[in-house]
Amino acid sequence: MHFRIEQRPEPSARMRVAAPIVATALTLLVGSIVFAALGHSPLATLHAFFIAPLSSMNGLSEWLLKASPLILIACGLAVGFRANVWNIGAEGQLIIGAIAASGVGLFYPSPESVLLLPLMFVAGALAGMGWAAIPAFLRARMNTNEILVTLMLTYIAVLLLSWLVHGPWRDPAGFNYPQTALLPPAAMFEPFDYAYRLNGSVFITVVAVVAMWLFTDRSFLGYKMSVSGAAPLAARYAGFRESAAVWTGLLAGGAAAGMAGMAEAAGPLGQLSPQISPGYGFAAIIVAFIGRLNAFGIVLGGLLMSLLFLGGDSVQMTLGLPSALTRIFQGILLFFLLAADFFIFYRIRPLREHA
Amino acid sequence: MDLFIAIFTGTIIAATPLIFAALGELVVEKSGVLNLGIEGMMLVGAAFAFWGVIAGLPMPLAILAGALAGAASSLLFGVLALTFLTNQYAAGLALAIFGSGLSAFIGRGFGSAPIDALDAIHLPVLSDIPLVGPLLLRFDPLVYLALAMFVLISWFLYRTKAGLVLRTIGESPETAHAIGFPVIGIRYLAVLFGGLMAGLGGAYLSVAYTPLWVENMTAGRGWIALALVVFATWRPLRVLLGAWLFGGMTILQLQGQALGLGVPSELLSALPYAATIVVLVIISQNRQMLALHFPASLAKPFRPAN
Repeated sequence: MHFRIEQRPEPSARMRVAAPIVATALTLLVGSIVFAALGHSPLATLHAFFIAPLSSMNGLSEWLLKASPLILIACGLAVGFRANVWNIGAEGQLIIGAIAASGVGLFYPSPESVLLLPLMFVAGALAGMGWAAIPAFLRARMNTNEILVTLMLTYIAVLLLSWLVHGPWRDPAGFNYPQTALLPPAAMFEPFDYAYRLNGSVFITVVAVVAMWLFTDRSFLGYKMSVSGAAPLAARYAGFRESAAVWTGLLAGGAAAGMAGMAEAAGPLGQLSPQISPGYGFAAIIVAFIGRLNAFGIVLGGLLMSLLFLGGDSVQMTLGLPSALTRIFQGILLFFLLAADFFIFYRIRPLREHA
Repeated sequence: MDLFIAIFTGTIIAATPLIFAALGELVVEKSGVLNLGIEGMMLVGAAFAFWGVIAGLPMPLAILAGALAGAASSLLFGVLALTFLTNQYAAGLALAIFGSGLSAFIGRGFGSAPIDALDAIHLPVLSDIPLVGPLLLRFDPLVYLALAMFVLISWFLYRTKAGLVLRTIGESPETAHAIGFPVIGIRYLAVLFGGLMAGLGGAYLSVAYTPLWVENMTAGRGWIALALVVFATWRPLRVLLGAWLFGGMTILQLQGQALGLGVPSELLSALPYAATIVVLVIISQNRQMLALHFPASLAKPFRPAN
């Protein structure tokens, strides 16, 4: 029996939905093999990775808390990815957003003002956009590759944060830890219930998901950007300006990442420290892909990715397995997803032997 | 004079991992494939080479282990990009994330103790010649290997038939396929070679440059190597010059930190990244020069019609 790979006449809508599910299943399978190879019962480990984190109210609260920034950032990034604008520096834009928001929260003259939180929100979003405006300007006006610029700016943002919390912004009463003072209460999102950490910042994400859906599925600019991504020559012929897609894509990602950074500082962390993000900016890239660059898919992808983060923490605590497994699984998940995507456009057909 | 020697030799050494990784990527890109995963492959190479030393392998074998691990990891990208025709940007990113996770996982038991670094050579008499000896003849063998690879790759790409075939594939895989060259197979070889070189670059970091294991110790060098290829407008000699430029930048900012210029060390550490951006912007202005040696099929999936 021989097989032949052939292009499908039409991309398969069924495979488009099935691919992320198949990829997740295969990742679980590989995960079980890895756990078995490490000498842990696969079932017990998978339970600790995927079930245990969700079997308490606190676990559910953490799940949504971590999914929120992932979904928020992925929505912003997907706007650019649809137009082939590759912002992979969301981690840096998140950090700059967190820095700006914390700066407002720490130094605003009236720390009890009800305006404080909204001001921090605006500061975070604008700062993230500002950081993303650099690669946007350089790509649109100076023909410079945005992948490398966004990444280099991420390293610079990390160093800037490190300088601030080791130097000028370090809490003098903080026992020399590299962190700022705690934000005043008015600068923090109030948790829904003080027993858990989930707070009102998830509504930012809800609004972002709806906004992203409206933009990509219902707006003319969103349509033009998708055309630019799918068929650049056709887009140019139709007179869609590439620079508009570049600016919109990068600023959307920057704003989303900046808001996520603000929500981290003003939410679960309550201060600025080098641990402001466990890699949300990078993981959100994967979320955007798992979610097929559309709003609804991104929500599911974000929930899955958040579970990977929680599961990594969980197996570290209960089984002493290294948390680096989280990043390994993130990579494997993306590998499988990309491979599964192949079958949207191609199929394998058995060939009968010709006599 | 001592300071000059220190800066000169420091520059050459700091440039070495970049030379390996960027020359490898140059060959990959010349075949029309864009592998963004250099950072991940370097980390895997660094982890495996360090593991080799700890496990008691002789130094050359430990370095080889790093190089082979880099090549093996590149295969993950190769299968996705070449067989599954995946978007090469996404496949490379996946490799970068996966490699950083895998290296952290392997390195979790390495501890923080330094190892005995790769020894520098010492030629009798020659290495003791004043000035010439300390400047040129007292490096470790990998520094010379990096330079040898530069010569080898330049010769291969521009002086051999196989190099011409590789470049043809990078320009127009359809043409090469029509003539009868195995486009996919050759691209696989190029990707593997790129992985090998990135692995060597990573190994150099962990067993010679730092000799310590630190998570994510490449600190963006894989991405800088990627930028170097653009900066070099896909020419080997300019890769070499670019790597030295960045090596020099690294050493100068370290010297600056040592002198205590009153500038915070974090801001000095940011200089090489900022310089990368500036250099990219400058080089991107000259579209003609970029287009001249740019492999026309770069990052475009290719599947032979059957």
